Parts: sequence; C-alpha cells; structure tokens
Amino acid sequence: MSLKEKILSSYLAFEDYLEDDSPIHDLRNKAIKTFESHGFPSKKEEAWKYTSLNALLKEDYSIFPKKETTIEFKEVRKYFLHEIDTFKIVFVDGVYSSFLSSTTHDGMDICLLSAALSKDKYKPVIETYFNKVAKEDSLTSLNTAFAKEGAYIYIPKHKEVQKPVEIINFYTGSETALMLQPRNLIIVGENAHIQIIERHQSLSENAVLTNSVTEIFTEKRAFVDYYKIQNDLPSASLIDNTYIKQERDSVCSVHTFSFGGKLIRNNLNFYQYGEHCNSILKGVTILEQKQHVDHNTLVHHIAPNCESHQDYKGIFDDNSTGVFNGKILVEKDAQKLDAFQQNNNILISDKATINSKPQLEIFADDVRCSHGCTIGQLDDEAMFYLRSRGIGEKEARALLMYAFANNVLESVKIPELKKRINKLIANKIGVNLGFNL
Amino acid sequence: MGKFTEDDLKKELETKEYEYGFYTDIESDTFPVGLNEDIVRAISLKKEEPEWMTEWRLEAFKAWKEMIEPEWANVTYEKPNFQNISYYSAPGSKKKYESLEDVDPELLETFNKLGISLDEQKKLTGVAVDIVMDSVSVATTFKKTLSEKGIIFCSISEAIQKHPELVKKYIGSVVPQKDNFYAALNSAVFSDGSFCYIPKGVRCPMELSTYFRINQAGTGQFERTLVIADEGSYVSYLEGCTAPSRDENQLHAAVVELIALDDAEIKYSTVQNWYPGGKDGKGGVFNFVTKRGICEKNAKISWTQVETGSAVTWKYPSCVLKGDNSIGEFYSIAVTNNYQQADTGTKMIHLGKNTRSTIISKGISAGKSQNSYRGLVKISPRADNARNFSQCDSLLMGNNCGAHTFPYIEANNKSAKVEHEATTSKIGEDQIFYCNQRGIDTEKAIALIVNGFSKEVLNKLPMEFAVEAQKLLEISLEGSVG
Repeated sequence: MSLKEKILSSYLAFEDYLEDDSPIHDLRNKAIKTFESHGFPSKKEEAWKYTSLNALLKEDYSIFPKKETTIEFKEVRKYFLHEIDTFKIVFVDGVYSSFLSSTTHDGMDICLLSAALSKDKYKPVIETYFNKVAKEDSLTSLNTAFAKEGAYIYIPKHKEVQKPVEIINFYTGSETALMLQPRNLIIVGENAHIQIIERHQSLSENAVLTNSVTEIFTEKRAFVDYYKIQNDLPSASLIDNTYIKQERDSVCSVHTFSFGGKLIRNNLNFYQYGEHCNSILKGVTILEQKQHVDHNTLVHHIAPNCESHQDYKGIFDDNSTGVFNGKILVEKDAQKLDAFQQNNNILISDKATINSKPQLEIFADDVRCSHGCTIGQLDDEAMFYLRSRGIGEKEARALLMYAFANNVLESVKIPELKKRINKLIANKIGVNLGFNL
Repeated sequence: MGKFTEDDLKKELETKEYEYGFYTDIESDTFPVGLNEDIVRAISLKKEEPEWMTEWRLEAFKAWKEMIEPEWANVTYEKPNFQNISYYSAPGSKKKYESLEDVDPELLETFNKLGISLDEQKKLTGVAVDIVMDSVSVATTFKKTLSEKGIIFCSISEAIQKHPELVKKYIGSVVPQKDNFYAALNSAVFSDGSFCYIPKGVRCPMELSTYFRINQAGTGQFERTLVIADEGSYVSYLEGCTAPSRDENQLHAAVVELIALDDAEIKYSTVQNWYPGGKDGKGGVFNFVTKRGICEKNAKISWTQVETGSAVTWKYPSCVLKGDNSIGEFYSIAVTNNYQQADTGTKMIHLGKNTRSTIISKGISAGKSQNSYRGLVKISPRADNARNFSQCDSLLMGNNCGAHTFPYIEANNKSAKVEHEATTSKIGEDQIFYCNQRGIDTEKAIALIVNGFSKEVLNKLPMEFAVEAQKLLEISLEGSVG
C-alpha cells in the first residue's frame, strides 16, 4: 500500500472518529479530495524541480501515534529559550502536552487549535480565518484534511504581547516512522505586537515527516516577528507551509534558520492586501552531509506602496544540496513598490550543489524590483588578511562565514535568541568564536 | 535632425504601420498542405538530396510524431495546426541565377523595398549576402573573394550536395534531431538555410550575412543554419529578417547550429523584425527557434540579438562550453509592444575548466505585451573555476504590460563564481525632467533613455546592424511612449 493510499484510508477512520458537526467538516472533505486528485508533488512540477520527496515517501509512516508519550522537562530543557520567560505551546508526537506548556486566556488567546475548533465561542473566528489564506495545493490540502491540533493565537487590538511565544513540536520516536500534520492559526489584531519562535525537534533516530501549515493574519498596523529554528536530527524531515495575509501598514518578518534535518522544504507565502505593508523574509542555511534544504518563497504584491525584502544566505558542505526558489509577483495595481530579493551562496565542498531560481513577475510599471544571486567562495584576500594577523585557518574561515551570515543574524530582535543562534552557528562551523554579539 | 521636429517623429511613429508589410507576387511552386512521410521524402527528393539525408529527415519525423508541443513557456497562443501548413515553397523559376540581371525583377523590387540593393551593397558595405527568398537561395555574392580564402558560404542544400562529408559530420551534432518538438519538426522538413565553413586559421574578411523572408501565403519557414569555424578561425555572421504583413499566423521554426573548434571564434548577430501582428493582436509570426553553439578549447561564441518582431517568440540561443578556457556570450534586446509575447533568454552550460560566460539581457515591454527572460546557467562538477555574470534589466512602459524573469542557476562545483542581477523599473520621472529641462521634449527623451538602456547590447552589433537596430527600436515602440 502506498503512502497515499494509506493516508486516504486513514482519513475514513479519522472522519468516523471526529464529531460530525465540526465547523470545518466540509473543508476537510474537500481538502482530502484535492489531495486525492493531485497526490504528492513530483519533480515534474516546476515548483518541485529540484526537490524530490520520493525517498521520504518510501517509509511506512504511522498516521496517528498509538500511545501518548510523556517526556521530562529536564531532557528537553535545552530546546527551550529557558533564559527568559515565554509562553509555550508544546506538542509531543502531535499531542498537546499541558505539563510542558504555558498558555494564557488573559486578554488574549494563546492556546490550542483543538480547543478553538471544538468550542462554540471561537466559531466566528474559525469561520472568518481558518483556511482562508492557505493555498489549495496538495500538501496544504493534506494538512487541512487532518487538521486537528496546533497552536491557536488570537491577539486583540492594541495588545502588545510582553513575552515571546514558543511553539515546539517534539517527536519521541515512539513509532518507527511517524507522519504529522500540525496546524497553526495566528491572528494578530490591529496595532498588536507579537514575537513567535517555532521549532520542530526529534528526540530519536526514528524517521519523522512533518507537514506543517501555519496561517498568519496581520491586521492593520500589526507587527509580527516570527522565527523558525530548523536544527533537527538527520532522521527528521519537514515540509513547512506558511501563509501570511497582511493588511495595511502591517509589518511581518520571518527568519528561517536551517541548520539540520534530512530534508526541509519551506513554502513561505506572503500576500499583501493592504497599502504600506512591509514583508521581511530572511534566512541562514548551513548544511553538511546529505542534507537538503529548499526555500520556496512567494511575495504577492496586490496593493500599492508596499515593500518587501528578502535575504537568504547559504553555506553548503559535503554532499548537501541547497535550493532557493524565490518569486516576487507584482499585480497591476501594486504601484510604487519597492521589492528586493537577494540570495548569496557559498559552496565549500565539490559535491555540494546549489540550485537557485530567483523569479520576478511584474505587471505594474511604476515599481522598483531587483534581485541578485551569487554563488562563490570565501574571499582569498580576506583569508590572507586574517592569516597574516595570526588567526588560524579554521578560525579565519569560521570568522568569514560568520560575517557572511551576520546581516541576517543582526535583525534578530530577541537578544537571548540571537545568542542561541550564534552558538548554533559556531557549533555548526565547529569553532569557538570567543565572542558574543 | 534639422527641421524634423519631435512632432513629426511622433506623427511618423503613430502612423507608421509595419513598414515591410508587403507581398510580392511571384509564381511559386508550393506543396500541398499537410505533413506525412511522403511529404518529407518529397522535400528531400526535390532538393536532390542523397539517401543518408532522406533517412536523417525521416528519423527526425518519426521522433517528432511521438513528441508533444511544449507548454512551459510563458506565452499563450493558438497552437498551429501542423497539418494545415505547406512545407515547401520555392520561387517559380528553377534555373540558378548567374548574375543579378537574371533575377526576377519583381524579386529585386522586393529587396529594394527592404532597402537592400544588391549591387550597392556589393560595392559599399563589403557584405556578402546570401538571400533566402522563401526557401530557395537565389543569389549569392562575393563568393569569389570567399572561395579564394577557402571559405565555403552557400545554401545548405548546395552544401549537402557539394560538401556532404562536412554536413554529415556536423549536422545534428549540436541540436540533435530529437532535441525538442520544433527542432525535430525542422530536422524533418527544413527546406533551406545557410551553410558556412571557415577553414583552419582563416579570419573571414567580411561580415557574412543572410536575409530571411517568409513570403508565400501559408508556408512555414524552416531554416537550417550550420556554421563551422575550424581551428583558429574567426567569422562574424549576421542574420536579419523581415516578413510581409499577413493576418494568418505564420510559423517559423528554425535551427541554428554553431561549431567553434579549438581557438575559433564565432560572432552571430540577429536582427529579428518579423511581422508582430496588428495593433489588435491579430496575426503575426510565431517564432520558435532553436539556436545552440558548441565551444571547443579556447573557443568563443558570442550571440547578439535584437528581437523586435514576431507575435510570439520562443528562443534561447545557447552555448555549450565544452572545451577548457572557452567563452560564451549572450547580448540581447527584446522589445515587445501591443499584444506581442516574447519568452527568450539563453543557456550557458559550463563543462570545461576555466570557462567563462556573460549574459546581458534587456527587455522592454509596452502596450499589452508580455516579455520574459528565461535562462539557465549550469556549472557541472568538472568545470573548475567557471565564471558567470548575468544581468537582466527590464523596462516597463504603461501598466498593461508585464516583465518576467526566470533565471535558473545550478552550481555543482565549489570553485564556481556565479553572479546574477536583475532589475525592473520604469523610465524615471527625474530622468525625463532632466531632459525636459535641457530642452529635449518627452518623446525624444524617452527615445534617448531607451537607447541608453539598450546601449550595452547595441554596441555589440556590427556597424551595419547597429544603425538599423536603433531605428527598429523606435518603430517597435511606436505609440507606446509618452
């Protein structure tokens, strides 16, 4: 039985188990049909030209974990941003762990999607927002069909969330292979501010494939700062689908740090519906061994006077493969636009590969759009300069790589997180930098 | 400029329809419409081709039957019905012309309208012209000078008969019969084209040039060009085209193969000005072309193109940089207006060590047109120290048109250095203001800015073409400026 067949038959069981009056019942049925007709994307599709899921789909994944597993806080403490106080929404094998979490309903909702889907008082919100910005492609539809758990965040008008929110998914390896469909819904009201950190972490060598969907709605003048930390074990794969709908004067930035995992595919989509929006997409990718990371970004400019900035840096060692597929789509009415896209890559090994495809599709004339893409090496002269001042080769290389990634790092606004990522990068490059920024 | 004011220019531009849209009534010998094995055989027979060539065509035809028309390009059009096209048409009189006096006067008139006077051109420009009127080569000049140097420049049908060893060796070596849908079609039914061979160490003393025309109603033009530059030789080749105004869409599927052996250099320049269709988007030529060159050691191929015509353009002149230290260049200006659509770009395949490539592409879209750049830069694992620089700039005029960039960059070698840059903008108000301030009116200012925008590419054209190209830009953008 192929994975697709398995998923389809699991859906029948899943549907029986769910109560019929769920507000998203029809959505689910429609979504599974979309998935059934499209199946998993293949390399023949333009958007998946450089990334093949075939190897991943061979695993015999469990669709529902059989038992609940608990983990001790001390085992996983290091994955939390424990230096500061945060809100936490934690899932273990796809199941909410109230023991590890710290949620709130005090003037805002930072809680669970399952609660929002089942309680009547959330019904209007779910009807207005759920699945309203997500694309109807096969993987997103697959998630929609099985959507039942994830983070639900609703920040009302003029509210500034004082602490960052951590959304963490742990996989314990209780099944030999597990496929999960976490679903997050985040609504940030007018003039509200929030910082979110999302992380997926596997705790064992057992395979896990996560097909995650996050929808973010930023209302007028809202401010969202989102960090994705992808430093998983070589057994874990992630397909991350994020959709962001921006209203006027809102600012949304997403930083993606991809340091680990077997295969990571980031589908990051911004839709600017209001004027004067600003979208910021930044990423640092440092890969080794046979890792594969694919950044697929879309910034869809619909309204005039907006801005977008993309900056992705990649360092690729061993047999790793990096893909960048960025698209800026400018509608006819999106005049006076300033869109910028940059992708810089360094190949360290002869067996590493980088495929880059920065695209512009422009239908408006009064715009400033540019993109740049480079592939190169560390500058020999800069190396020489450092070496001549008595810095060892390894350190000098690390220093240069660090500098290369730094302007993405600079814009991280949570100091403790910045320190943490700094450490991750230092670890990754295999050197102690001896300084903190 | 004297008394020719900007108003005059504006008027001229507004009233100027497709200048070269006329139709010459020459008795011609046209095949029945449709395509099957018999037609392929008949074409081959008509051209008095040897057996191996007929077989080669049939092989291509078999492959073509299995293929489907590609749809990935960013263009929309009504697909041509391949069974509704006549695949061969030749001017009526069969005899080969000895001198210009023998040429049909009506044909000469056509060339005069095009502004090419053969006699004049002979004397003044030093350009040898191998004119392709529809599909048969009717006049060749300067053959003598060329043959003294050992250069072979003739129609491909002549080459098949006189130099079969060269044709057999190289035809299909860069663009195989099965390469793509249109290349396969061309391989099966090509009626004529140009052939050029530059012997070892010879520097071709003049610019070689061909003019293509599509003339007969309802005949597709399937040109086949093969240019071989032997070791250490140099040739500059010009190709320019105009076609009569016609409401029915015309299909053009050419194949150009360039072979630059060790240390050779080929410069291939194109000015394409086929009928772009009317202002309402009716008619126009479909231009689906496969152009590719292969560079051996230290060789260099340079493509320069000015694309202003055709309703639909689908064209990617490419370089396979096989030999070490070889160089590939691509300079392009693509202008689209009204309902034109262009999807054009290049492929630079780096296989050898120390290979270098440069891509400069300028797209200008106006009216309701769509202009896309699509390019591939591939650095293979063996290509140490490969270097690429790409720049794609687009200029938009009005907000009913679109400009698109689809660059593909694939690097598999750590010593590769690849840079890609693209910008899209409109003509700055400050730039126009600056010109206005100095007494240059808006219309002129825009022409000036467009010319400046395209200068990097125009500069690469040979002198004779540069002037023509500049004028073409103006004509193509008629009514879109201001």
